[in-house]
Amino acid sequence: MSIAVRFRHAYPGFALDVDLDLPGRGVTALFGHSGSGKTTLLRCIAGLERATGRLSIDGAVWQDDDTFVPTHRRPIGYVFQEASLFPHLSVQGNLDFGMKRAQRAPSFPAREGGAGGGRDNGCRPAGADFQHIIELLGIGTLLDRKPDRLSGGERQRVAIARALLTAPRLLLMDEPLAALDLARKNEILPYLERLHDELEIPVLYVSHAPDEVARLADHIVVMEGGREVAQGPLIDVLSRLDLPIRLGEDTGVVLDGTVVERDENWQLARIGFSGGTVWVRDGGHALGHPVRVRILARDVSIAREPQHDSSILNCLPAEVAEIADDAHPALALVKLMLGKSAVVARLTHRSACGLGLKPGAQVYAQIKAVALIG
Amino acid sequence: MHASDLAAIWLTLKLAGLTTVLLLLIGTPIAWWLARTRHWAKGPVGAVVTLPLVLPPAVLGFYLLVLMGPDGPVGQFTQSLGLGLLPFSFAGLVVASVIYSMPFVVQPLLQAFEAIGERPLEAAATLRASPWDTFFSVVVPLARPGFITASVLGFAHTVGEFGVVLMIGGNIPGKTQVLSMAIYNHVEALEYAPAHWLAGGMLVFSFVVLLVLGTFKPALRKP
Repeated sequence: MSIAVRFRHAYPGFALDVDLDLPGRGVTALFGHSGSGKTTLLRCIAGLERATGRLSIDGAVWQDDDTFVPTHRRPIGYVFQEASLFPHLSVQGNLDFGMKRAQRAPSFPAREGGAGGGRDNGCRPAGADFQHIIELLGIGTLLDRKPDRLSGGERQRVAIARALLTAPRLLLMDEPLAALDLARKNEILPYLERLHDELEIPVLYVSHAPDEVARLADHIVVMEGGREVAQGPLIDVLSRLDLPIRLGEDTGVVLDGTVVERDENWQLARIGFSGGTVWVRDGGHALGHPVRVRILARDVSIAREPQHDSSILNCLPAEVAEIADDAHPALALVKLMLGKSAVVARLTHRSACGLGLKPGAQVYAQIKAVALIG
Repeated sequence: MHASDLAAIWLTLKLAGLTTVLLLLIGTPIAWWLARTRHWAKGPVGAVVTLPLVLPPAVLGFYLLVLMGPDGPVGQFTQSLGLGLLPFSFAGLVVASVIYSMPFVVQPLLQAFEAIGERPLEAAATLRASPWDTFFSVVVPLARPGFITASVLGFAHTVGEFGVVLMIGGNIPGKTQVLSMAIYNHVEALEYAPAHWLAGGMLVFSFVVLLVLGTFKPALRKP
């Protein structure tokens, strides 16, 4: 399955110009600053906005020169920034709204390839999944309530469930956490991570928050001024030093690994990834559990010799791959290869010069902080 | 109470009821179009629909009389259909009332539709609801207070009609003689007692209408 998106359209004061082949699995983040066109792109894919171009999902054409499938005939789920629940309906009524209509609608052509083993949430009627989705989002106790009796986080969880219950073949999420405060955000993120693990359908996730993207995305499309400026697997794109979007303090990489050791004594877990292992605070995951860690560039320093008398737990042999300028002229970004995995370190040009760093140099990466992000 | 007074009350209720139903049927699509469109005709159409609000009833009645009379285009049309002429008939009163009370139905509906905004419609579309489906399952329930206000105002305004009726319907008992006409006749004949009964009844009716509207207003403001 693949999603082919090509839009070229001039709006007043803004032009959208994208040509993308998005993966048919996992979470793809559409990432960029506000005004970069990411929400417009998402709305065009949903058919809520008209742009000249071509859009096909899995070979089914949703839009080209002769075709425009209206939004209500596209097998999508859409989660808006604010929950947009219908205020005149209870939570149950809101969930039923899309579910009943999706079941009544003529079934959409079956997914080609059938990737995803025995489970196929993509085109099965939603009815069977009702309990599962309710449990997944933890809204079982809210069904009789009206939306104005819900908290912001609960509303958004209901909105996500409502979208999933239409058995969409593509889930579109437009900054679903942006309207929430930090506490609500942290309340919803675990649910989104569970979705990520359990859903078989592709998700397009619009966000301008690097931490959300780091936690949830598998792929990333970086947007700027209505254009795509970088795209690819998240792990690769984040380790690029020429990323046109400056992330500032959020510059850093993510690594996918598994729990290989748990130290009950010190409440630590050792995460193995291709190229080494790092110690993190134990997140309670079982041995062998797949996890993702995030390492910010500001938390990585470089030493020529291994440091044994240091408070830093994670000190790994590495090879300098690339050195580039950071936003401030005093700072440099250094890409280090730990086996096949890359981390980025931020240091001053003075330090880089003092250590004689050059591509190919053998060094030690001292990682001061590793965040376990699910 | 005179039999003619009862007939006038019944005629008035019949006229107001029929007018309100017709206005909801006609006014809803007009208000929906006005709320949604970006067409250049939005301004002119909106003004025409609101015109009866500011126009003296006598002026409106005069033009309707001319239009629907034997030499007017509408009159010629109804005659060619074999329907005869509308002035001085109950049907003529209904047509005139629909035009006269139009803004009182369209305005509350327009405001209610505009207050709904784009988002619920978009949400409904992403949940597989067609535009018609969305209108009946989302717009109508959300605009319910607007529909109530529109119905009450349209009905009450038609009940209070005088000038237009005078111009177009005359004063035929049992056929076009409405309540306000009956009051006028009683006062002309110096029969103050029946005039009091009818006028007092109207006063109570109007008060109740405003009371009912007042209890629904808070619902309008609720998100």
